[in-house]
Amino acid sequence: MNIMTLGINFVYVISAVMFIFGLKMLSSPATARRGNLISALGMLLAIVVCLMNAGLDYKWIALGVFIGSVIGLVAAYKVEMTSMPEMVALFNGFGGIASLLLAWGEYHQHPELSVFIAVVTFLSAFIGGVTFSGSMVAFGKLAEKISSKAVVFSGQHIVNALILITAIGSGVIFAMNPADNYAFFMVIIAVSLIFGVTSVIPIGGADMPVVISLLNSYSGIAACAAGFVVNNNLLIVAGALVGASGIILTKIMCKAMNRSLGNVLFSGFGSKVQAAGDGPQGEIKPATAEDVYYILEAADTVAFVPGYGLAVAQAQHVVCELGELLEANGTEVMYAIHPVAGRMPGHMNVLLAEANVPYDQLVEMDDINPKMDTIDVCVVIGANDVVNPAALNDEGSPIYGMPIIETHRAKTVIVLKRSMNPGFAGIQNALFFGENSRMYFGDAKASIQALVAEFKGAE
Amino acid sequence: MEAVFLTFVFVLSIFLGFELISKVPSTLHTPLMSGSNAISGITLIGSLAAVKTDNVQIAIILGTLAVAFATVNVVGGYAVTDRMLGMFKKKDEGGAK
Repeated sequence: MNIMTLGINFVYVISAVMFIFGLKMLSSPATARRGNLISALGMLLAIVVCLMNAGLDYKWIALGVFIGSVIGLVAAYKVEMTSMPEMVALFNGFGGIASLLLAWGEYHQHPELSVFIAVVTFLSAFIGGVTFSGSMVAFGKLAEKISSKAVVFSGQHIVNALILITAIGSGVIFAMNPADNYAFFMVIIAVSLIFGVTSVIPIGGADMPVVISLLNSYSGIAACAAGFVVNNNLLIVAGALVGASGIILTKIMCKAMNRSLGNVLFSGFGSKVQAAGDGPQGEIKPATAEDVYYILEAADTVAFVPGYGLAVAQAQHVVCELGELLEANGTEVMYAIHPVAGRMPGHMNVLLAEANVPYDQLVEMDDINPKMDTIDVCVVIGANDVVNPAALNDEGSPIYGMPIIETHRAKTVIVLKRSMNPGFAGIQNALFFGENSRMYFGDAKASIQALVAEFKGAE
Repeated sequence: MEAVFLTFVFVLSIFLGFELISKVPSTLHTPLMSGSNAISGITLIGSLAAVKTDNVQIAIILGTLAVAFATVNVVGGYAVTDRMLGMFKKKDEGGAK
């Protein structure tokens, strides 16, 4: 190892340290932004010293970097906060395809691989391919370019198993003699792309937080495998950090739904809709804007419970406005957030932050539930399953055991909904028929605007 | 030997990752995800080094494509994370209430 490569590797260590510090600073909203900057500087440093490697073809690199930067910057500054899940899915996919292309390019140049390098080349290409096509399907579902419903066909598990066996079989043949088996490498790429599609297509819209965090993990593992291929520690360290992050988030999401990862991936949950007339029935008590205004006006504590419906209606700004009016009225306001509300982990937090809700008003499920009896009014905005008491008391319910925000224990619950249609899980919600519940029908944004108008009119 | 050494680095990094990430509050899970996704664009380093002057045609194309995709990840990922984190504000002193 000459002095130059030694120096470059030393700088990679500094980069790795900066990534680690950057992630550490993400543990508090107060330091998070600086943490992200440190992480970005670490990346810049690594890129700059990497460019000092001898024999690089700068004009092609410049072309790639230019195209990538333009696309990345435009996307980052144009994207709506409500479309963040799609955007993260798309970027995950790009990370995956980059690892696939890197492994392919390396193999193309040096087909004589040792068994170990052949195995990691196979892993990098395969995981990268699955990440790419899986992310594209997730993107399509989230952007509603394809149906967000679970697509299940008979024999799906068998097809997936066959695909996986083909991949492993080709991988083994490839690893035994990489130089003569270019065709098998092509099979691996093709199979990985198909597998990404067939493994994400049966997963429905509300399970997307799990899928997105899983794909995030894959993109890290793919980068990690690529690090083994090109023999670079920094890729391995950074890839492993991302891989671990995705796995932890996946675990948190699964726990929040009280389901195992296998259950999310293979069950096609939500594809079966409960027959009409099943489930809890009762009288619903609709409320007008004026009724809701009087309830809120008299309340001392109000907790908003946002769900995907808030994102769809783009209602985050009016909700914040209503919250501020309530505070001006002397009411204590908080926002109770369920871990799987929305389409990616922490989706609601970002939307509310966009609308200038201070993060100290955002309360996690485990912190609000013990206080629920003392809360005067819970306003449920476009959330269904995460507030369904059947999860606590109906053993026959498909969501039984899932932790929920226990809004039914509040003194009054106001549910904003377009209609009485059940939520994603396809089950009716006993909350809507509760003694203390009022239904406030309409588009979430228009409904809250009407409330804001009532408050302003009263001044 | 090289393989053992790389695996060693890999295993330790995973443990470090678990320690770091489990301390991130759920409020910041979306920025964590887009930020860590930007880090996974580290593949860019490998891709840059793969675009060499003595490369055969196809390898150059593959390398350049890898560079482009990884750059989208890095640049877009960090920029959007910064934009998001800029929105997270603490309640101002002397504000409403």
